Amino acid sequence: MNAASSSLPASSPRVVHDEWRIRYEYPTGEVAARFFDALKERRIVATHCSASGMTYLPPRAYCERSFERCDSTVDAGHEGTIEAATIVSAAFENLPPPPYAIAYVRLDGVSTAMLNFVHGIDLSDVPAAAQRLQPGTRVRVAFVDHPQGQVTDFYYQLT
Amino acid sequence: MAVIGVGQTAHRSRHDDKTYPELVQQAVVLALEDAGLHPDQIDAVVFSMAQTTFMGVHDADKWAVDYAWARGKPFMRVNSGGASGGSALQAAHDHVASGQYGTVLVVGADRITETPDAQFVLNLIWDPMYEQQVALNTVTMTALAAQRYMHKYGTTEQQYARVVVRARRNAMNNPSAHLKGLIDVDAVMASPRIAWPHKLFDICPRSAGAAAIVLSREDLARERCARPAFINGVAGMSNTVFMGDRMGLQADSDFADFCGLPLAAAECYRQAGITDPMREIQVAEIYDAFSSFHFPQLESLGFCARGTAQYLSDDGEFDLCGQLAVNPSGGTLCSHPIGVTGLVRVAEAARQVMHRAGAMQVPSVRNALATAAGGSSQFFTVTLLGDEPRRHGSAARLSNLSPTRY
Repeated sequence: MNAASSSLPASSPRVVHDEWRIRYEYPTGEVAARFFDALKERRIVATHCSASGMTYLPPRAYCERSFERCDSTVDAGHEGTIEAATIVSAAFENLPPPPYAIAYVRLDGVSTAMLNFVHGIDLSDVPAAAQRLQPGTRVRVAFVDHPQGQVTDFYYQLT
Repeated sequence: MAVIGVGQTAHRSRHDDKTYPELVQQAVVLALEDAGLHPDQIDAVVFSMAQTTFMGVHDADKWAVDYAWARGKPFMRVNSGGASGGSALQAAHDHVASGQYGTVLVVGADRITETPDAQFVLNLIWDPMYEQQVALNTVTMTALAAQRYMHKYGTTEQQYARVVVRARRNAMNNPSAHLKGLIDVDAVMASPRIAWPHKLFDICPRSAGAAAIVLSREDLARERCARPAFINGVAGMSNTVFMGDRMGLQADSDFADFCGLPLAAAECYRQAGITDPMREIQVAEIYDAFSSFHFPQLESLGFCARGTAQYLSDDGEFDLCGQLAVNPSGGTLCSHPIGVTGLVRVAEAARQVMHRAGAMQVPSVRNALATAAGGSSQFFTVTLLGDEPRRHGSAARLSNLSPTRY
């Protein structure tokens, strides 16, 4: 046991190249299935807890305040308010090519904010675009032409 | 109980001269040497490790058992993402506090650059249905929080840049630091944009490195160490995985403000009898993977009021000679082996208290604090080390703490 370097002869380290390829089959569960089915009808369906008054997106089975089961669903408004946003200028592995904007938006009638892309904004001047996406800014929801029942079926646009 | 020895390898892009567990072993050797102990004197080992995907071996903690000389001893891995090191320290602390073990080794290592796909790995930490699909990774997550913070308190990009300048300057005193050097605000501002408001220099490096800490019961610590670092407070707190729940009028905490950390700090300070952190604590080793982590974190720790840390920073109050020396080591902005970074923070805080911090040493340190943060900005740990035992109470039950204090 000694931190001093070894007296054994040195050798060049080698690097082993490797790659993982692992497949998955994820169940969405019933709560999310209801949300994704509704997206195909261009509806955004939140869950509501009458005990706490909280309305959740993404939808939850149980309320995190009252610890009671969410007992109804509510159609979220198709307009909302930005709570946080960023503009991505760098390319990340397996993410969309830059630039793009994403924002947490609290849709009208919902207690929590949901993250999605913001389209239709000029991102060439990043600080200027960030200024246009300040918290408090109103946005509206738009849907893709053929919703597939996935979260990217909808996106946000400035009103 | 007290820290009686710490060990840390250099943090850099790669350690191609060693396998992952051999890197672990180097930190173990250094910590045991620092403590003056033989492996036989360790009663149990706690292993600090986050995502194992970075180095391409699943649950590599099992690979490290032999190299940490843990064979024949209780061994457990602790994972809370970036907070793993703080949580592992908490588990080791509780091992000793329970009376079950007299001396415990906490150790871990991480190697982020063994895959070029690190931010893809960090996209996969979210659920596959809602948040993985919309370009979340740790860079965009923290950029979203920073944009919200800037809006709330009027922070500028230059104020974040000053944090980076200070960190790299401090790191020049740290032989283990990955990034270091004298740069100016203009250099930070000129670095490439990544995700507003983050530019490249606002972001930590991807580091490989290892760290280890030896903890002993108070009587053993006093026998073995002339100036141990007593653990006077240790607390951890978690928050919802959904960042969108921490925004808006009905939210009980604010995503911009490192919510969760104030609860952990309050519990840690209660245990340690700290009532005025800025006056009583001389060094803070905070987990700052991004420059934007400084202001909300220092405010959450009670060093100053909400929205004021940026001005204290501008005035140099967090410099080595300011009111509070923040990250004399250069911090996470200069070295970030994720799964062990929280432990590095504790090790650096302990060295300050033990007066073993070398060129980084801040004079007259009586109390030093270490933090860590992990997951979906959701796990927070706070550890307070002191030159004397100043323990005022055992851990409170979470239900005794008001949820409005997030």
